[in-house]
Amino acid sequence: MIFEYANPKRFMDLSGTLLPWIAAVAAILLALGFYQALFTVPRDYQQGDTVRIMFIHVPAAWTAMMAYGLMALASIFSLVNRHPLADVAAKTAAPLGALFTALALITGSLWGKPMWGTYWVWDARLTSFLLLLLLYLGYIALWNAIEDEVRAARACAILAIVGAVNLPIIEFSVDWWNTLHQGESIFRSGGPLIAPVFLWPLAMMGLGYTLLFVSLWLIRMRTEILQRRARTLMLRGA
Amino acid sequence: MNSFSALLLRDIRLAFRAGGGATLALAFFACVAALVPLGVGADLRLLARIAGGVLWVAAVLAALLSLDRLFQSDFEDGSLDLIALGPLPLESVSFAKIAAHWLTTGLPLTILSPVLALLFNLPPQAYWPLTASLAIGTPAVSAIGAVGAGLTLSIRRGGLILPLLVLPLLAPAVIFGAGAVLAALDGLANGALWLLAAFSFAAAVLSPFATAAAVRLNLAG
Repeated sequence: MIFEYANPKRFMDLSGTLLPWIAAVAAILLALGFYQALFTVPRDYQQGDTVRIMFIHVPAAWTAMMAYGLMALASIFSLVNRHPLADVAAKTAAPLGALFTALALITGSLWGKPMWGTYWVWDARLTSFLLLLLLYLGYIALWNAIEDEVRAARACAILAIVGAVNLPIIEFSVDWWNTLHQGESIFRSGGPLIAPVFLWPLAMMGLGYTLLFVSLWLIRMRTEILQRRARTLMLRGA
Repeated sequence: MNSFSALLLRDIRLAFRAGGGATLALAFFACVAALVPLGVGADLRLLARIAGGVLWVAAVLAALLSLDRLFQSDFEDGSLDLIALGPLPLESVSFAKIAAHWLTTGLPLTILSPVLALLFNLPPQAYWPLTASLAIGTPAVSAIGAVGAGLTLSIRRGGLILPLLVLPLLAPAVIFGAGAVLAALDGLANGALWLLAAFSFAAAVLSPFATAAAVRLNLAG
């Protein structure tokens, strides 16, 4: 089913139709979520106004992890099915993932200064996100270092899969090493620990971030495909 | 002599002869360890506390030094093509290369580490955990590093990009290795050595497949 749309022509048609809608829903969700996060959500009794940072921090972290998962999935398709569209998908997801990881790290450290008294602590989650950022940067660097496109795609696919196997181990080792970050409060058995007044705007932001990622991803994929076409046309003209 | 041990012995010999760099990795290890007290000060209590971490980081960096040549010199002079055509599957070739790399860097580093620990005033009860953790953990460094070496095989300045690919993946080895030493200092038992052993075994088993895939794609075309 998915392979029907792996044809670049079909993909361009379908993504061209869907993109404005996804982007519009993302914009609406983010605008509503931002408004609530900044104005209607009450101050937290402990954290005060800094709790508002959570609404841009937590969804960024979710999206950053989702991006790695999608990149690894696309890499598996690229190795198994050898389809160029999977290469394009994996390649274009990486810089976005790095961006959301950096966003989560920066907003986290801005929150950490008033709450923990320091911009950076060597806490388990901060550290594993720093390592995630380095993994993304290594992936991007490897892609840029290999000139041949097909070879670069396959090398990067192997790297992404090795990284995906290793990420849970890194996560575990860093947890074992040190933990200060608050535990999981949303996706836990027994229901979320967070008050509903915070939960709804957070869910809205989470979905908004996800759709924002999907829109940016589609735009980058379309750009990459068009660039490849342009290059082929130039080579044919030469 | 079968082709696996032939390849293993050949790589070990190459590492110790001219231009091999096995002894250079040891010298690098000692240099890094000697520079750290110059940077952080000569407080012996502090040095004893950080010895495990410093020696682990220095060992990982020293092992990385020779990794970029793991396949590259064979690739450049064409012997890698011959090896690939030979009877040994590339997975076994990768395993032989990893084993040779460990025997010529990880093992010597492990043997040298107690001497350097002496310079760091490491208390006696931490010597065994330090040496054991390096002996158990450095195979993981060679194994995961080999994947990076395979991936960067055809890149001219592959040695520059290799650490960026490999070092984040090696975080668990450093954490468990240095953790074992710290636990011994505090008189605790925290199972770090077992976790390190698990990590190392998994890396040694899985990495030859990823390494072989990486080498194969660089040989094709």
